[in-house]
Amino acid sequence: MKQKLIDLQGISKSFGDNLVLDDLNLYINQNEFLTLLGPSGCGKTTTLRIMGGFEAPDRGKVIFEGQDITNLAPDKRNVNTVFQRYALFPHMNIEENIAFGLKISGKSKQYIRDKVRYALKLVNLDGYEKRMPDSLSGGQQQRIAIARAIVNEPKVLLLDEPLGALDLKLRQDMQYELIRLKNELGITFVYVTHDQEEALTMSDTIVVMNQGYIQQVGTPEDIYNEPCNAFVADFIGDSNLIDGVMLEDKLVEINGTKFRCVDTGFGKNRPVDVVIRPEDVELVIPEKGILTGTVTGLIFKGVHYEMDVEAGGFTWLVHSTQMFPVGSRVGLYVDPFNIQIMNKPESEDEEAVQGEE
Amino acid sequence: MKNKKNIWLSGPYLVWSAAFVIIPLLLVVYYGLTAKDGGFSLEYITAVTQPENWKALWLSVLLSLVSTVICLILSYPLAMILVRSRLSSGSMIIFLFILPMWMNFLLRTIAWQNLLEKNGVINSVLSWLHLPAVNIINTPGAIVLGMVYNFLPFMILPIYNALSKIDENLFHAARDLGANSVQTFVKITLPLTVPGIVSGITMVFIPAMTTFVISDLLGGAKILLIGNVIEQEFKQASNWHAGSGLSLVLMVFIVINMIVTSIADKDGEGALL
Repeated sequence: MKQKLIDLQGISKSFGDNLVLDDLNLYINQNEFLTLLGPSGCGKTTTLRIMGGFEAPDRGKVIFEGQDITNLAPDKRNVNTVFQRYALFPHMNIEENIAFGLKISGKSKQYIRDKVRYALKLVNLDGYEKRMPDSLSGGQQQRIAIARAIVNEPKVLLLDEPLGALDLKLRQDMQYELIRLKNELGITFVYVTHDQEEALTMSDTIVVMNQGYIQQVGTPEDIYNEPCNAFVADFIGDSNLIDGVMLEDKLVEINGTKFRCVDTGFGKNRPVDVVIRPEDVELVIPEKGILTGTVTGLIFKGVHYEMDVEAGGFTWLVHSTQMFPVGSRVGLYVDPFNIQIMNKPESEDEEAVQGEE
Repeated sequence: MKNKKNIWLSGPYLVWSAAFVIIPLLLVVYYGLTAKDGGFSLEYITAVTQPENWKALWLSVLLSLVSTVICLILSYPLAMILVRSRLSSGSMIIFLFILPMWMNFLLRTIAWQNLLEKNGVINSVLSWLHLPAVNIINTPGAIVLGMVYNFLPFMILPIYNALSKIDENLFHAARDLGANSVQTFVKITLPLTVPGIVSGITMVFIPAMTTFVISDLLGGAKILLIGNVIEQEFKQASNWHAGSGLSLVLMVFIVINMIVTSIADKDGEGALL
């Protein structure tokens, strides 16, 4: 049975005239890896800082294990944070950095020594006790920052874009490292990032945010395969986002071409947003396609080719392992299962959200 | 090859400092270590132990220390406030503090003389309010006041710089790890601003130790600091040997101070980077 650990109720926060969060409701389960994902300025970091106690919400409550902690100072919360730029104390060596929280809480020397050694082992940096933070690489400093947070055995670890400053390879390694750590420690992770790949790789639950509103909450599969609006579809991975008209159940018209799909319940002749992932557009010989078009762009991406195909008045983005040279005539085929139909945004807020990306 | 060429760029400065720093310094050393007949003698160095000189030196150290401590106590909280408000009104407040420094140092001190005089501005206001007059001018207190007023910006600026270099997230991290605001100050803020504090102390203590203008104007030539004694030896007694001898003793204090500074600053910078 899942248990609510943190419950954010009706959180609003503005800085001056800038409304950053508007009536945000979100709960985080025990032992969950939850990622707040969104473009910069979407309110994800503010949400994290409210959980950590570094910002007070203008309205709303933060409930932690049933207790209202909205006005509790950061040092009184059973939560630790890994900061974006690590924030290691530059005048202390690694051991002193990691021991900081334990010393403050008055643990015994022996306990602290064991705990520091254990934490360093956990992040694969044993033997670094006497080094100074500035003698470590970015990735190592990051791991020390994590070690410094987890020795205090928090119920929740808050991570604010912790991998943002690392290079690609290191970032990928650290993603696996974080998943391993989370499984070993069994604590709840709340992770903030603007990197959709990071979010998809690590999370149990992804919360997509934009302009202070939660757009969608779901598992990585849900978010990727069933984006609930155009913003989510566009933000998570590449996509072909096209205006369409839902003619009837299971039949959508895109730029005059009828596509079969599996969505029902939209009514008849209703304008909708259609999302088709580039890897779901199959290139076939012209006779077999629903549409025919011409390849106008070709880029080799390593795993696949990325092609632009002009067809039916729209430039389709196509990912395929099969290469079609620029200028060749191709047919486009999309499996009905791979067509995602979404309602057009109704409220003004959602409109604003659409305009953003 | 390139480095050798660059050395020539410092040529003008080397000539300047040879003419106006090194040669005068050697002359001071020469006069300080010789008697009037030109022979080697330590008599003007040991002259510092004469009661009136010793008293002046001791008073200089004492008043400089008091001024430095007062500057530090005034500056640190102010610098913290300035750093916190750095986005809004901080630069305006800094400007207000630097503004008096654009006025001539002598003028500022004479202004204080006018304020503090027996029939000066402060006592006029007090008597208008039917309050008893205060006697500040020509006391050590007036000298300390003058030192603090004149040298305060030299304490604020290095501390402000050290504070503004600290990543704000370090404070958040300390709080996050369970430290309350006092513990955060003692364990994070204070150690990281040691270089600023040390250079602030140097920049207040050394000019305070060597001043003779402030003590002249606000001490009314009754309270002699070591600077006044040296000035009198050069100008009134025309005894360059005695003046140079005492200058050398004073220099020892400054060198000690600078050594302490460089040690603390080396540690500080290592930690800051």
